[in-house]
Amino acid sequence: MGPLIVDGIISQSTNFLLAMIIGVAFGFVLEASGFSSSRKLAGVFYGYDAVVLKVFFTAGITAMIGLLFFSLFGWVDLSMVYVNPTYLPSNIAGGVIMGAGFILGGFCPGTSICAASIGKIDALVFIGGLFIGIIFFAEGYAIWEEFYKSGFQGWPRINESIGISQGLMAFVLVIVALSMFWVAEWAEKKFPQKEY
Amino acid sequence: MKQTKYINPYLGGVLLGIVLLAANFISGRGLGASGALKSVVVATTNVVAPEHAGNAVFYKQYNDSHPDGPMKSWLVFLMLGVVAGGFMSGAIAGRLKFKVEHSPKISSKRRLVFALAGGILFGFGSQLGRGCTSGSALSGMAVLSLGGIVTMAAIFGTGYALAYFVRKNWI
Repeated sequence: MGPLIVDGIISQSTNFLLAMIIGVAFGFVLEASGFSSSRKLAGVFYGYDAVVLKVFFTAGITAMIGLLFFSLFGWVDLSMVYVNPTYLPSNIAGGVIMGAGFILGGFCPGTSICAASIGKIDALVFIGGLFIGIIFFAEGYAIWEEFYKSGFQGWPRINESIGISQGLMAFVLVIVALSMFWVAEWAEKKFPQKEY
Repeated sequence: MKQTKYINPYLGGVLLGIVLLAANFISGRGLGASGALKSVVVATTNVVAPEHAGNAVFYKQYNDSHPDGPMKSWLVFLMLGVVAGGFMSGAIAGRLKFKVEHSPKISSKRRLVFALAGGILFGFGSQLGRGCTSGSALSGMAVLSLGGIVTMAAIFGTGYALAYFVRKNWI
């Protein structure tokens, strides 16, 4: 039966309305978890506050396990759910540039919009930067188009690349996430910072 | 600002995971943020420089794949919701305030210069990497996308690699 839009259970307009409602929940959870504070976000890179790591990986494994169970129950057709394409050169280069932007700017796009909504001026300036960066990419597109489109591998799932089942892969990722939570809890005790 | 005012991060993570699951179940796709900003850039260019938008490949491709107009996009509606949701949570918790948040060791001006530089890099990187932390890393992880997980590792790995050099800004 799912995804509802693919099966035509809901219309395109309803899909947009639901997108906005999902967005309200998305923004609310981000803000309530502390993602509207650049100093909390950056904390993950110094160990004093690992909220990013905890929220991010808990969310990732929750959705991943949820999708697998939904599929098992026949509620969602996983082959109709969008899987991000793999272009290793641009996946890596884009990620490296984003990582640099993250540690300098203290936000990512979603969190900056969330932070701007509660009045963070640094977040507004970051969003201004995002626009400049996107325009720069668009205007110079001819220069990097070839690199951008190189190394296309389709839409592989990581378990297919390794040659194991989705369930086993999910189990491995859950173990990885739990180990990281353990390290995060240790780091927060080891590198405390009271006021920020 | 006391930390206790925020919800437990693991609870926040489960709730965010349910939001992401809902997006996949309802719309067959994950969350995303940078795509909405790209829509705004294309829509603005279409208005202020229509000739340029008609000629330059980037805008042309985007407009061709969005016949109803760049703003009629799932991610644009999602981000409108994020603004409302973030504001609601901030209002309930008493966190609505215009301010430049920065470490006491640096000036507001320095914070803003770095925020702008970081934004420019993140904006560019999100286009090259086909999505940001939410669209590529988080949503990609949930569907076990190889590309998404590689992007996630690159984002966080680079953050850790460079953290030492800008530590004065944060600690």
